[in-house]
Formats: sequence, C-alpha cells, structure tokens
Amino acid sequence: MSGQSFRLVSGGLVDRDRALNFSFDGKPYRGFAGDTLASALLANGVRLVGRSFKYHRPRGVLSAGPEEPNALVELRSGARREPNTRATVTELFDGLDAASQNRWPSLVFDLLSLNGLVSPALVAGFYYKTFMWPAAFWEKLYEPLIRRAAGLGRAAGLEDPDHYEKAFAFCDLLVIGGGPAGLAAALAAGRSGARVILCDEDFCLGGRLLAEKREIDGKPAAEWLAATLAELENLPEVRIMSRTTVFGLYDHGIYGAVERVGDHLPEPAPHQPRQRGWRIHARRAILAAGALERPIVFPGNDVPGVMLAGAARTYVNRYGVLPGRETVLFTAGDDGWATARDIAAAGGKVAAIVDARGEADPARKALADKLGARLFAGGVIEGTRGGRQLDGVTIRDASGATMALACDLLAVSNGWNPTLHLTSHQNGKAVWDEALQCFVPGTLPAGLAVAGSAAGHFTLGQALEDGARLGGEAAAEAGLKPAAAGPVPMTDPEATALQPIWRVKGAKGKAFVDYQNDVTDKDVELAAREGFRPVEHLKRYTTLGMATDQGKTSNLSGLAIMAEQTGKTIPQTGTTTFRPPYTPVAIGALAGHHRGKEFRPVRLAPTHDWSKEQGAVFVEAGQWLRAQYYPKPGENDWLTTVNREVQAVRAGVGLCDVSTLGKIDIQGADAAEFLERVYINGWKALPVGKARYGLMLREDGFVMDDGTTSRLGDSHFLMTTTTANAGKVMQHLEFCHQVLWPELDIRMVSVSEQWAQVAVAGPRARETLRAVVDPAHDISNEAFPYLAARAVTVGGGIPARLFRISFSGELAYELAVAADHGDAMMRALMRAGQPFGITPYGTEALGVMRIEKGHVAGNELNGQTTPRDLGLGKMMSAKKDYLGRLMAGRQALIEKDRPSFVGFRPVDPTQRLRAGAHFIGIGKADIMENDEGYMTSVAYSPHLNHWMGLGLIKGGAARIGERVRAYDPVRNGDIVVEICSPVFVDPEGARLHG
Amino acid sequence: MRITCPHCGARDAQEFTYLGAADLKRPDGMAATEAAMTDYVYQRENPAGTHRELWYHGAGCHAWLVVTRDTRNHAIAAVEAAKSRKTGAAA
Amino acid sequence: MRYSAFSLLAQAFRGHKGWTPAWRDPEPKAEYDVIIIGGGGHGLATAHYLASRHDITNVAVLEKGYLGSGNVGRNTTIIRSNYLLPGNTPFYELSMKLWEGLEQDLNYNAMVSQRGVINLYHSDAQRDAFARRGNAMRLAGVDSELLGQEQVRAMLPYLDYDNARFPVQGGLLQRRGGSARHDAVAWGYARAADSRGVDMLQNCEVTGITMVGGRAVGVETSRGPIRAKKIAMAVAGNSGRVAAMAGLRLPIETHVLQAFVSEGLKPLIDTVVTFGAGHFYISQSDKGGLVFGGDIDGYNSYAQRGNLPVIEDVMESAMALWPGLGRVRMLRHWGGVMDMSMDGSPIIDTTPVDGLYLNSGWCYGGFKATPASGFCFAHLIATGEPHPVAAAYRLDRFATGRLIDEKGAGAQPNLH
Repeated sequence: MSGQSFRLVSGGLVDRDRALNFSFDGKPYRGFAGDTLASALLANGVRLVGRSFKYHRPRGVLSAGPEEPNALVELRSGARREPNTRATVTELFDGLDAASQNRWPSLVFDLLSLNGLVSPALVAGFYYKTFMWPAAFWEKLYEPLIRRAAGLGRAAGLEDPDHYEKAFAFCDLLVIGGGPAGLAAALAAGRSGARVILCDEDFCLGGRLLAEKREIDGKPAAEWLAATLAELENLPEVRIMSRTTVFGLYDHGIYGAVERVGDHLPEPAPHQPRQRGWRIHARRAILAAGALERPIVFPGNDVPGVMLAGAARTYVNRYGVLPGRETVLFTAGDDGWATARDIAAAGGKVAAIVDARGEADPARKALADKLGARLFAGGVIEGTRGGRQLDGVTIRDASGATMALACDLLAVSNGWNPTLHLTSHQNGKAVWDEALQCFVPGTLPAGLAVAGSAAGHFTLGQALEDGARLGGEAAAEAGLKPAAAGPVPMTDPEATALQPIWRVKGAKGKAFVDYQNDVTDKDVELAAREGFRPVEHLKRYTTLGMATDQGKTSNLSGLAIMAEQTGKTIPQTGTTTFRPPYTPVAIGALAGHHRGKEFRPVRLAPTHDWSKEQGAVFVEAGQWLRAQYYPKPGENDWLTTVNREVQAVRAGVGLCDVSTLGKIDIQGADAAEFLERVYINGWKALPVGKARYGLMLREDGFVMDDGTTSRLGDSHFLMTTTTANAGKVMQHLEFCHQVLWPELDIRMVSVSEQWAQVAVAGPRARETLRAVVDPAHDISNEAFPYLAARAVTVGGGIPARLFRISFSGELAYELAVAADHGDAMMRALMRAGQPFGITPYGTEALGVMRIEKGHVAGNELNGQTTPRDLGLGKMMSAKKDYLGRLMAGRQALIEKDRPSFVGFRPVDPTQRLRAGAHFIGIGKADIMENDEGYMTSVAYSPHLNHWMGLGLIKGGAARIGERVRAYDPVRNGDIVVEICSPVFVDPEGARLHG
Repeated sequence: MRITCPHCGARDAQEFTYLGAADLKRPDGMAATEAAMTDYVYQRENPAGTHRELWYHGAGCHAWLVVTRDTRNHAIAAVEAAKSRKTGAAA
Repeated sequence: MRYSAFSLLAQAFRGHKGWTPAWRDPEPKAEYDVIIIGGGGHGLATAHYLASRHDITNVAVLEKGYLGSGNVGRNTTIIRSNYLLPGNTPFYELSMKLWEGLEQDLNYNAMVSQRGVINLYHSDAQRDAFARRGNAMRLAGVDSELLGQEQVRAMLPYLDYDNARFPVQGGLLQRRGGSARHDAVAWGYARAADSRGVDMLQNCEVTGITMVGGRAVGVETSRGPIRAKKIAMAVAGNSGRVAAMAGLRLPIETHVLQAFVSEGLKPLIDTVVTFGAGHFYISQSDKGGLVFGGDIDGYNSYAQRGNLPVIEDVMESAMALWPGLGRVRMLRHWGGVMDMSMDGSPIIDTTPVDGLYLNSGWCYGGFKATPASGFCFAHLIATGEPHPVAAAYRLDRFATGRLIDEKGAGAQPNLH
C-alpha cells in the first residue's frame, strides 16, 4: 500500500483517525474520511488520472469542484458502475473502487494517444469535410471507428440495483449554496421564523470558508461557521440539505434538486434510496452558489500538475494535501497570491510567482521575498514540460526573455466566474461587467435573488452582507417580522485586483480552451476563419463547452479568443446560455420509483381477486389489468380456452366483469338536452327505465366514443363510456357544460369506481339472475324487455342496477352493485348459474362475440373514422345540432369511395386473418394507389369455425360478395378474402330478445 | 408551473390538462355554417404574448379554468373559472 | 472550396490557414427573386434546391439569429420514413432518398447514419396498428419489418423484458431509418446554397411584410427593407407570428418540446428505439451522448424551455424501458418551439396572399423532413404547383376534410 506522501502532517478538515481504503485502476491506496477521491489521489501522489477525449492526452486534477473537466473516472463496478464521475466531488468511502476511462490498454500506455500524431488533421469539424467517399463506407467503416473512439466512460448497461425516490418540498426561502453568503441568508431568514431550505452540493457546509484561511470578527472563520451551523440546526423551520444539488430552475419558483442519499456509502443503507429527486416550490430563492475559477490558455496547459490556484489552496487548507512539492504560480490577479502564501505556510516550496500584470507593487515584491519565490512581474508561462506529470515550465519574462524552471505544480489564477447558471435557466442573459471582467447575472427570474460571489461580489465581507440583507428581505416577503439584524460580521482584508489574460500568444504547442473536448485556441481561430463566429456556431462547430462540464472552465476563454479574432469585445461576441441541469443528474433520480412494474399505477377490477382464483390470465388495458381468458386445466393454448368460453356463453350463460367501463352520472333539468348536444342521436324521447346506444363525435366530426346511456329518472341519466376513454369523455362533458353551455342546468360526476358491473350473457342469463335479484323485482321478458334499465335490489335488499343490454348479441344483462360488493356479486352469480354451466369469460371472448355481431370497438373507433364510415350514419339526427355535426359533413368525409365498414371471411376457411392487413384488388399491383382499406379487427369464430374480420374498404357494403386480397407482407400474409356483412351471428337479432 | 385554482388554491400544473384558446365561440345551432365551424375548430391566433387558455383541473375540482398566461415566459396573470368567467370574448 | 480527405490533409500541412468561410456574410441587396424567411434546416434546404434544381439563385435566406438556430439545432436528429397515411409516406420516403445522397449532393458530411429505427409495441392492438403501418410503408416502397419479441430481444438485449409493467411484445423496424448530425445539415445546405450565389443574411429579423394591393412584395427587416418577387416562409415554431404580419391566421399552435442528452458514453445502443407504452425515444450520437426525448409539454409556448413534469415523465419511461439507464446522467436538456398543426401534418402551400408561400406545421417531425421539405417547397415556389409527393399538404384540407391525421387525435394540436 502506498503511503500518503503528499499528505501534510496536520491541518485540513480530514479525519486522520479514520483511514479509508480505496483503489484506483486496481491499485490500493489509503485516504481519510473527509477526502474526495481527488484529494486522496493527490495525497498519494497520483497525478495522471485520465485521458482526454480526442487526443488521449494525459490529464490530471484541475479543480476541486463540480467544474472538473479532467479527473473523470468510472466509479464502482458491475451494475453500479458510474462512468464520467468527477473525482473532485466524489466523497471517499471505505472500499471505493474507481478506474480511469477512455484509454486502451491502460492509462499509462494509451494507444489512442497516437491520435496526437495525426492531430494536425483532427481539427474542429474535420469530420464534416471528409469520410464522404464512398458513401456506403460511412456506416460500415468510418462511423463505427469514430463511435468506438468517441464517448468517455462505459455505462454499466445492467439493471440499476439501487432505488430512487421523488420528494416534494415547499418553503418561504430556498438558499442555494451553503457558503458564507448562503449561511448568512439562511440565518437572517431563519431567525425571523421563515421556512428555509438550505441546499449545498458538498458534504460539508461552508463553501470557500472550508478552503481559505480567513478571519471573521477577528477569529478564525471556522469558529463563525461552527456557531452559525449550530444556530441554524436549532431553528425549527430551517432544513439543511447537504449533498444536494439544485440543478435547475423551472417556472413559478419550482426548483429541481437531487439529494445524494447514499453515494458516499459503498451501497445505500437498507431501505434508503441511492438518490432522491426533489421538486422544491419556493416563494423566494437566493442563489449563493459562489464562483468558479478560470484557467489560462497557454501551450501545454493540460499537463497533469497544472491546477487552478484556488483548487490548490483547497487541497492544502481543506484536505491537508500538498498538490506539489515545487510550485510555480501563474496569476493574473491578487487572488492567486493567496495560494502561494498558503502553500508556503503549509511547508511547500514556491519556486516562482509569474504575475502577468506589469510592474509589481512593493508589497507583492516583499511577499514574494518572504515566500522565497522568484517574482516575474509582467511575465507569462509559455510552455510546460512533462508528459504524464509536470516537470517544469518555460517562463517568458516582461522583457521577452524565456527561461526554464523545474516544478511539479503550476497553480493558475485568472479570476473567477460567478456561478450564475440558474439565473439563465429561464432564458435570462448574463451581462458583462467590464470592471470585474466577468459575466454577472442579468435579468433575474421572478423570486430569485443572487448573493455573494455568484453576483460578482467576490469578497467575504460582501458575501456576508448580501446574505444577511437578502435573507431578511425574503422573510419580510413571506410576511414575517424580520429578526433584529446584528451587525454584519467584520472580515480580514482581502485583495481582488485582476487583469485577466485569456491566452498566451506567440508560443508553440497545443493550448487548450476546453480540456474535456480537446478544443484548442487554434480550433477557435479556425471557427472564426470559416465563419462560425456566433457563439452558438463556435460551440457547435468546435464542441467547445459541450462536454460533461458544460464548459464551466472553458466558455469564457473561447468567447474571449473569438472576440480577439473578430475584433469585437466579449459582450459583442455573445454570452453563453447555461442550460439545465447545473451538473449532470442521474436519470434514475428523476424517474424515482417509476420503473419495472411500478412504472405506472395498476388499476384492478372489483372482481380481480376472484378472477385470480379462477386462474385468469390478465392483460394490460391502459392502466387496468383485465381478465383476458380463464384457462382450465388441460387447455394448452389461448384459442382453445376462448372458443370454450364463447361457446359456453352462446349455449348457456357466461360472466364477465365490465366494471372498467366509464360511468358518468348526469342529473338536472337540462340533462336530456345536454345529451342531445353531445350525442349524434336523439335522447329526449327516451323513456325513463330505458337504455339506448349513443355515439359521440369530436367537434371535428370523427367518432370520439360510444356506449349505452340509461334514463334512470326524468332528469337523471347514467352514461357509460369505453374503458379507454372514460377519463377523456368525463373531461369532454365537463368542457361542454362549463365552457360551451354553462346555462344548462346539469350536474355530473364520474361514478366509474363506485360501481362494480358484471355482464351476464347467454340464453340462461335470466334464469341465473332470477336467483340473485330479489323476488320483488319482475325481470321477466315482458316486465324487463331488451334495453330496460332500472334500479333493483339483490341478495336481500342490496341496492343494484340492472340493464338489459348486450355486447355479445345474446340475451344479456349488466348488473351493477356498489364496488365493495362486486366480489360477492360475482360469487353469488356463479352459484346461481351453476345449474346452467355458468362460465366466466374474459376480454378475448368478449372481443370474439362483438366481432361475430359486427359491433365496433376501439380498433374501429380509432379517431380516423366517422359514423358514416362505420355504417352508423343513420344514427345522425337531422333535426338537432350536436357536436361534430357540421364537420362530419365535409366534402371529403362523405365521398362515396371513402373506406367503410364491412365484414371479411377467408375464401379458404382454414386461413387465418390478421388485423392490419391492407386490401388490394386481386391481380392488382402492390402499390399505394391500389390500397383500398385495411382490416381493423379479427377473431376466430367457434360458431362459424373459421376466422372472420371487420374492416374498412372503399365502396363498403355495396361490394359484399366481392373478393380482394388481404395484403400483409410484414407477416408474410397475402390471402383472398370475401367481403361480407359485418354481422356473422344471428343477423336478425333474435337472441337479444329471447 | 403552478396554477392557482380558484377553488383549490395554488397547485402544480401537473394536476391540470391543457386544451387551448379560451375565447373561441362555438357557432351553435342549426344555422351555423360549415365555414364558421371550420374557423372555430381549426384557426388559431397563437399569440406570442398574452394568451387566454383553458385548463381542466382533472386531479382536483374538475373545473375548467381560463388562465391568462404569457406564452413567451409562462407568467400567469389571472385564473378564473370558465363557467363563471367575467372577461373575454365569450363572456 | 471543395471538401475532401485530400484538402483536409493539404490544409493540415499549412496549419489550416487556407480554409475560407463556409458562407459569405453579404449585405442585403435591395431586391431578390425569392426571399426565404427562416435560416433553419427547411429554409436553407429550400435555398439549396431552388438554386441547384431550379437555377433560381437570386435568393436570400433571412435569419433573425444565426444559421441553424431554430429546431434544426434543437432536435433529436432522427430520420425515418415510417409513416402510415398516403398523404405522408411518399413525401417522407423522398426525404429518405435525399438523405441517402445528401453528402454527395452537398459535399458536406452530415453523418447520415442508417442505423435503423425500431418502434416497440406492447399489446396486440398496437401490434396490429404497427402491421397496418408497416404494410402501408411496403405499399409506398418503404422498407419495414414487423419483429416479434425474440427478434427485438436479440437486437436490444438490455431492455426490460421480464419485469415490465407493459412488456415489450415486438417492434416495427425500418432499417433505413437512423440519424444525422443536425447542425451539419444546416451548415451543409447553407454552404451549398451560398456557393451558388444565395445570400445568407444572419441577424436579419423580419419585422413586417410589405403588402401592395393584397400582394406581398417585400419585407421589413432589422437590416432594412428588402423587396422580393416571392416571399417564402420557413419559420416553423414561429409561423403564427410571421403569418400574422400578412394578416393570416393558421391552423397551428406553437408548443414547446424538450430534448435531452446524456454524458458521453462508449457505444451502448446502435439503433433508434421508441417506447410504445410511454413517450420516449432514444439513440446514441457518434460523440457518445444518448439523445432522447418524449412528449411535448402540452401548452402553447414560445419560451424554448419546458418544465419538470415532462422531464420526469421522460425519465420514467427511460427507466421503464431500460432499467440500466439509472446511473447514466442527463447532461443537458433544452426546448424547441414547434408548429403543432391541427391534424399533426405539415403545410406546404401557397397562401391567400399573392406572392407569399407557406412551409409550416411540422409538429415535432420536422428534422427528418428537411430535405423533402426544401425540395418540395422549392418546387412550389419555382413552378407555382405543389410537388406530387407534397400534394396533400394543402391549407384548404381543414375545410375539405382531407386531413392527414396519423394518430387520429383530431383538432387538438397537443395530442399529435
């Protein structure tokens, strides 16, 4: 096991008493609790951690945060493997295993680094200019090579073994970021009693306070931090969520967040999700997300050992790790000097400070002397040495002279960019601040304020002041009396002067703008030369900013170089649009538990358990699970079972749960008038106690739905809808009433789930019912004829409704009771029907019988058919207005050759029909112009002993007796069928009335 | 989005179903012409800006609501029940 | 200059200093024969085909932002011609044929990749509906195969077959379907049109249409007025706005559709797959990102961004279809605004305003249509007659009832 040779003997926030074992590329290492994978690797002297996307150049840790472009690893293994995981934000845990990615065969010897040799040809957009000849080679040769070489890590590809969940929260104030600004904001609002949620992506709160040696009110900042956290934890309305990234801002104050519940553990704790996706509804929010440091573009700026200066400071101060033994600082401002100071204070050697600004002031000179560092004021770094690790740098001093200097860490400081991403999620444009030399938030989304560095207020004092002020305002906004605000804490002085340099010119070698996508300054120049000058063209053409870091470290440099090329300013060149999410979010976290069987809710019929007992096979019908058929022992294929069920109904009696049909109770003085307007047929004359088949259209004239509606009283109707359209029809009727005709005196309510309803069908149906319906109710043929619909009682006074309606064409009833009694009703009917051989049947037999009777159903009511198409034109009343009346009469919809509804039978009765076959004339070519229609539904009729079909064909009923081909090449079918009446069984309807 | 239902209070827009423009007037009755009906069914103002539109609170009170919303930024200016609407062309 | 492996190598030795702009940046002329409003895929393709097929080159493409800033750069890059209805299938098949020859036509590699498009089905009824579609495709000369579960499992072994709420029963496959590099399509058309003399006018927003005696004779723009003999609109997403400038209302609503890309991954999925029990489709780009999408948000919007309910719905479908995606991270999501037409099909037609031509209503199927849309629109503009394969895309079909409603959803745009 390697020692932690770069770990400082003391200092930092890691727990040296808790050593953690981990491995990288199979090699064991040790770190401490409180480390990230990156800090632990650096502590162990591991510099080379990844290979770049295109040229496969060696890369090391650049940052200490979510902006990391280089240190991406495959974390964990097997089904839990997570590619492209940023080592800089991966909390170390015992047993962590990680591997480098996008290299072969190994990180140290990566064959694809040969790409570097041909890199002169692999410029931005090279692939648009070649690989065009011969055309067939693209899919076969070029593209597979490109695909294999591209991509980063390998996804597990296996079912994710962990769970996810969704959660919702509401608050007066959401504080995004737990650094000084965010803590001050939470404190100010929390003290007033506001409901506050404070989120931070880190596992420790404190933000930059964790990484800096600062003083607040004359004491180490850590003391202020501890006191603040202690107070916040004691405020009952304040909720602190660490390890939680607010990734997106959506309309009306809704924030998306992901909480990493178990990512810092080898596996999530029992009964805990890996991650939780949050939808946070916030009255107000304060973005206190800090800032991200900017690199400098210079040749060789990607060698492992080149690191952002602020990150170097983080590793020293927070993690107790010296990221290099011999440091050179390359800075464009005051902030970098703090890194030199802290490294020296921790015992590191600072060999040189290259401050690109001109003549240094005496104080800086004195500090350099004190640190023992050579100072190059007005100098730049124009090259680096080293392959897999930095060996040294070439410095060009103010006079233009160059010299080489050995070092193993180059800390780069070029100022900071406010982390303003969320402010642009609603198309807000950031604005350029010339004084600060960075983009700052522009127009803010409603309800969002920005505090501290995220607003470009880079000092600790400003952060604390912003937070306190905005937190207090948010509390006042929520109607709370602000708590007495104490004085804003005093902080030690800090210097923030800056003259950023976007790139070092006049030097040779690849200078990277976007590390992850290997975009160089030359690529930006090429884009400018070829006219890809708008910032979006620049991004899309060079892929700048399109990698997993979304350009957090590269966008501004790219813009600046483009500005330089075109002679414009940065703001004239453009701003970059930050799209959500702020950092990438696991798909699982946004899906929650909606996967596998729990993808969508399951609705069960009231008789589901009973059907299960009967051995039913179930089928998904939308969200419903319906009994499809009830196989008996010895029945080995579904058709045998279905044939038996159909024959049992036609010969005796059968039972089928139809509770899934929509039921809408409509009452009011204008109820009949209302039905007149929504159905194509008449309703005013329907007597009380009778049911009628109704057909309703969409306003565009196509059929929307059908069903029977019963008149239970003068002003009381019960409508049924198809299962699939139950919700849609309810919504439609509410629309008709509330929006079209609010003057109508009606009320309606869905009672679909209140009633269990069972079809009792077959010649013995009445006898069966007789034993269930209480004797007081006369259900004889005379007293209860076809289409009768009345309230009855069953089982000794239990309220029920009985409808004499039939989908099967048999003597049939539907009996309805309260849903809770559905199971008992089913069992009672089964007992009652036993002498007649009562047989439960499922949706398949139901379908067979409806096809035998030529009833239309879902396959025919597909939104593309009119009543005329379906042979139901006669139902269209000419005496009244109804929805869809005018549109159904449009020219093209009443043309004679529009396909219309008929039946089909195979000329060779042994042949099987299939729905979806098209009709083509015999002897005609298989071309679109000869397409005459298609088969909508098919079934095997045990009554006819052959397959039968329903369908739509040009000319329709006028062609009965003609033969055509049912063309079905996708199933190798092409058979001759005869056009026939769609009613295959009992065309006179005698059985209905029996 | 959040929609403040006059009956139920502020709710996530996920509880609602969208239909479309709120101020279309159906040409009712036997005298209506096919041309007028075609216009009603198919033609839309489709403004980039203030849009009065119908939403159905299907997961709540089942009310159809007229929501006044800016289609450029989704800001909602007003919500009222369609049945008792006081504003707009169809009032 | 011509692009080839040779020219690339030659430039590599010169530090790529010799490349010239892909298109000129000209000042607007006072008048053109044809003005195309909209520098997206369809507008640029129209310009290319006007110049290359009809020899009409005194043409300007007016773009309010940068070329390709509309939906051509915001889609999920799928190309296919697996349509059901006779009004659509031949049109999309023409488009597929143009895709197949695009690189050679444009001298630009748009990475057209025929890796196959498979639509999954999860019920008998859905299977039969797909059979109907597959058969219709065969009748129109389009390749289609109806696969059973085992065939799908062999192609897509990683899907959830054993624990799914809506088990995959099979799929409808079009092998010639696939994807293309969306930005490159816009750039390729722009460069090709420019090389024949078409002016690309970027940052040129049309603010008004100049009418004389009921005829459109020019446009007002942010770069000054420009006259034209013919004015062609190709501004899907914004058709309502531009049509209003000529006093027209359209059978269109503007809606937002979101799309998503994951972090770059090594090859994981080789075809385009659509889920049949939810709104979800997915493919993998050559760069390695999984590109996926779902349903439109469902409300009128010009905001080019959507909301969490649909985002979560898409992720739920992703996990339901493919539970191995749980740890894959979504890198970016964005929205584009769509012309959602009243029957879900496009409009390529003349308008009641003389001199004004309309190309609109692409719903969320516009990308795959780009070549044929440009081809047929150019034909209409040049000849005054609709191209035979686009003859059904007339504006009067809503009045006559000759609708092209693939889904049978009716006159409600957000259901298409």
